[in-house]
Amino acid sequence: MANIGLYMELKDGVFKKSNRELLSLARKSGQPVHAVLFCQDTQPYMEELKGIQTVVQVKGADLSYQPDRYARTLAAVIQEYKLDIFCGIFSAQGKDLFPRLAAKAKASLVSDCLAVDLDKRQALKPVYSGKLLAEYRIDAGTALFTVRPNVIAVETTAAAATPEVRTVAMDSGELGTKITEVLKSASQKIDLTEAEIIVSGGRAMKGKENFIILEDLAKVLNAGVGASRAAVDAGFATSDMQVGQTGKVVNPKLYVACGISGAIQHFVGMKTSKIIVAVNKDPEAPIFKKADYGIVGDLFVVVPLLKEEFRKEMS
Amino acid sequence: MNIYVCVKQVPDTEASILVKDGKSINEAAIKWIVSPYDEYAIEEALKLKEKIPASMLTAVCLGPERVQNALRTALAMGADRAVHVECTVALDYQNTARALAQVIRMDKDFGVIFMGKQAIDDDAYQLHILLAEELGIPAATNVMAFALEEQKVKVEREIDEGAREKIEMAVPCVVAAAKGLNTPRYASMMGIMKAKKVEIKKITLSEIGIDESQNRIRLLKLSAPAEKPQGRIIPGEPAAAVHELVRLLREEAKVL
Repeated sequence: MANIGLYMELKDGVFKKSNRELLSLARKSGQPVHAVLFCQDTQPYMEELKGIQTVVQVKGADLSYQPDRYARTLAAVIQEYKLDIFCGIFSAQGKDLFPRLAAKAKASLVSDCLAVDLDKRQALKPVYSGKLLAEYRIDAGTALFTVRPNVIAVETTAAAATPEVRTVAMDSGELGTKITEVLKSASQKIDLTEAEIIVSGGRAMKGKENFIILEDLAKVLNAGVGASRAAVDAGFATSDMQVGQTGKVVNPKLYVACGISGAIQHFVGMKTSKIIVAVNKDPEAPIFKKADYGIVGDLFVVVPLLKEEFRKEMS
Repeated sequence: MNIYVCVKQVPDTEASILVKDGKSINEAAIKWIVSPYDEYAIEEALKLKEKIPASMLTAVCLGPERVQNALRTALAMGADRAVHVECTVALDYQNTARALAQVIRMDKDFGVIFMGKQAIDDDAYQLHILLAEELGIPAATNVMAFALEEQKVKVEREIDEGAREKIEMAVPCVVAAAKGLNTPRYASMMGIMKAKKVEIKKITLSEIGIDESQNRIRLLKLSAPAEKPQGRIIPGEPAAAVHELVRLLREEAKVL
């Protein structure tokens, strides 16, 4: 028997949707599952947490994210509950927290997993920016895995058993790495790494001001807006929008590439998208070899038409 | 201050990567570069060095003989010294962090350590933090702005879309660079000439007590992902093609 722990990430009190992916993965193992939440009240989340063994509620006066305190608290939970495996989301916070936890809990971490075999302590993860897949096994100690969002299928559970809630105290020790302020984004942009639909622009956007047509399309689709490296380097888009090897790796169900040639640099950042649509004037553009559907045409004509067609579809 | 930058040599971003024997890649036709995020790290380290009189920048790289080229690149950009940790075996992340920590610890006066937030070969996203924890010092990852003020490192890191965390750390600490931190300089001709003359210090794994028997993460298999079957071009005038596309997305792909 292996004890499985899950870190349930909350963002401003909201239960992240990828937590459900972790729960689905863990429930399927048939092993005791212990989910850890940093919150003052577990009630809003209990419906989501049915069918597992324990909810470990971390309580304290100040539960704001401080990496050292979170890592020390979780390391203590791993020890107390004798967790053999501990999983989290490969999110901005997961990327920061899990390596610290690995060090503090003397555990080993494989990050950005596309599939995890909890019984075998094995995971499949992209390497060389997704040009290859690597299968790793953690031989000894607690095994930590962070799982890429949108990869594991969510299965609703019939098991209605309500878990036992137990509390642990939040660590309040010294802060080496001290977060002094969190600056919220001015615009309510959609997180590309977790977006279900992404509309992206390349060099053929011709200018920064033209991204407005992608934003209009994105609004209709409730999508995030991305860009290729060429568009970012040309100053048409900001670097936080870049999708690709030196930008974000995204995994939406629909990726619409507009005026993007499809260099391998870009492709490796979005190739796991369920459906890729390409709009490009050049019928020879490599993107068409990789897209599920392509339209050869001027994006400045096609994108507004798409917006209208999707508007009809969505209403 | 003795500033450090840890760099990794990786295949060029445009390179096709082929699996050789199930556990390693075919290196024959590969052009090697300094991992792009490490270039931001080198640039930021150089900017800091230029601000602090009598500071020294040392580049450290672990790997086989060929990684000396990565160190020459760092030297040509402006690093003062280079250390090559000779390693021809596969170390796991923890073991790699331990090896780098052993090298940096030899210097009692190490200050800020820069590196990229990830290397674009194993995409592990953790070495910088493991190194910091090994050295018992703080670390910030995904850093897009860096400043040293009154012996404190102040950085900003991107969290979600456009949102940032401001972080303060004492020196020494580890700073992991992201794209957007700066624009790396090109090496000057003079820099390249100078770099050729610098003697690269070599350290073997046995000198620092590291070997692969301490690995806990094992690579079982490398494979190429399944290729997507080629898609199709939707013919017709733009309005008709768009109409058909949306129908296909709804009825065939079922993503709407």
